Amino acid sequence: MDKKITPLSKLFLLIIFFILYAPIFFLVIFSFNSGDTMYDFKGFSLDWYRELFQDTRLLIIVLNTIVVALLSALISTIIGVLGALAIHQAKKRQTKNSLLSLNNVLIVSPDVIIGASFLILFTMAGIKLGFYSVLLSHIAFSIPIVVLMVLPKLMEMSPTLIDAARDLGASRWNVLTKVIIPFITPGIFAGFFMALTYSFDDFAVTFFVTGNGFSTLSVEIYSLARRGISLNINALSALLFLFTTLLVVIYYFITQRNKVNGMGVRKR
Amino acid sequence: MENKLTRNLYMLPYFLWIVLFVIAPIFLVLYYSFFDIEGNVSLVNYQKFFTPVYLKMTLSSFWYAFLITAFSLLVAYPTAYLLTKTKHKQLWLLLIIVPSWINLLLKAYAFLGIFGTYGVANSFLKLIGIGAQQILFTDFSFVFVSVYIFIPFMILPIFNSLNELNPTLLDAANDLGASKWTTFRRVIFPLTIDGVKSGCQVVFIPALSLFMLTRLIAGNRVITLGTAIEQQFLVTRDWGMGSTIAVFLIIIMVFTMIVTNTRKRGV
Repeated sequence: MDKKITPLSKLFLLIIFFILYAPIFFLVIFSFNSGDTMYDFKGFSLDWYRELFQDTRLLIIVLNTIVVALLSALISTIIGVLGALAIHQAKKRQTKNSLLSLNNVLIVSPDVIIGASFLILFTMAGIKLGFYSVLLSHIAFSIPIVVLMVLPKLMEMSPTLIDAARDLGASRWNVLTKVIIPFITPGIFAGFFMALTYSFDDFAVTFFVTGNGFSTLSVEIYSLARRGISLNINALSALLFLFTTLLVVIYYFITQRNKVNGMGVRKR
Repeated sequence: MENKLTRNLYMLPYFLWIVLFVIAPIFLVLYYSFFDIEGNVSLVNYQKFFTPVYLKMTLSSFWYAFLITAFSLLVAYPTAYLLTKTKHKQLWLLLIIVPSWINLLLKAYAFLGIFGTYGVANSFLKLIGIGAQQILFTDFSFVFVSVYIFIPFMILPIFNSLNELNPTLLDAANDLGASKWTTFRRVIFPLTIDGVKSGCQVVFIPALSLFMLTRLIAGNRVITLGTAIEQQFLVTRDWGMGSTIAVFLIIIMVFTMIVTNTRKRGV
């Protein structure tokens, strides 16, 4: 295969990159518009940002989003690591495979199904829709992701390492805390991080299980966008774009340093 | 005995999660699909699903998901192929992935501005003499924005399988006198079909169930299975009917996964 890229294919790639990034930069550029439309750039201003930072309701929503993301990532990481250990220690191949399939159900299911079924679940269990229902569902859909990030690290670990520790007189607890956990730490970090971003971005599931009075950023953006264009959203998106870029950089360093399994694919 | 109990105690949270949030929800959806809107047990929802209204909707949902998958593949394959040939391919790949991390709703919102009546797209059309068109709230805008959103998810698996392709096979094909097209058709494509399949899987299933895009971009003109479920659950509050549609969506999902999951050993 010839290694060279023809100018034509370079142009093709350039167009793809342009299409991928143009809408995002388009949003960011118009966030500085002193007018209030997304087609007529009247002049540079920071008014929309000022308005954004004065909007206490929105700030509370941002806070909600962050609290839910941090809490759900933390809890799902703990349960996910335990789950990965359980799957790893399953003796029979069949048990392992069925656990893995059950684990992946929530990853492949469309968000609408997860949202709708959780809505039924919470209603039947008598959990009021709001903070706790959102938190619980975010934990629920983050757990399988953590498992998938931690499991490869466990598989990578040589069993002789544990045998050696046992021979040297380590208790089960010691083996876990002194050998296994330090070995899989990169996977745990990657899992936590993924759970964080999943929770941060989720719209569809949250939309189903959130009640009146509790909202996350995605849900808020949706209801704002349904009302039409308002450059507040542009300012918000510019900030989120910055934040996302930061996350990508962090994630890139986590994976580069520790060679966790490749690039994270986001589900929607 | 106590040892075994304590040994397995730590697995409890995970197993609870499986029972409560994986198995129970599926059964609840199935259970609710047998209730009509008044809460009586009946098969009326299934009867309703097999009326022309719902069958048509399912069919059109399929058609749109198919279009979205096909166009994504058409754009993603050459892109992934060219990416593997660039110098810093992992970096370029990362740059393709970054937009997929941006909140989906913000990307959809951007297209409200771009495709709007006075938007950039229309200014461009005017400039080249076609004149302003209604772009937003059409089938075109729905498919375009969906493809835009799904492209990274299609590129990634195809890129990975192209990247794993053994280059000596291509040399061999070349030595044996295969033309470029023949090499692609007989060697490259068959060997990367797994990547294509998993790409189609991660695009097709969500494309069936998108509901925010149909509301924001397609202006309720397009109704996918996802839109119908959302409508039944949150607007009409007919959970039974919503669950019935969800049951069919799950069946379609499982079927899609079986079709696209035929794993074979690579070379």
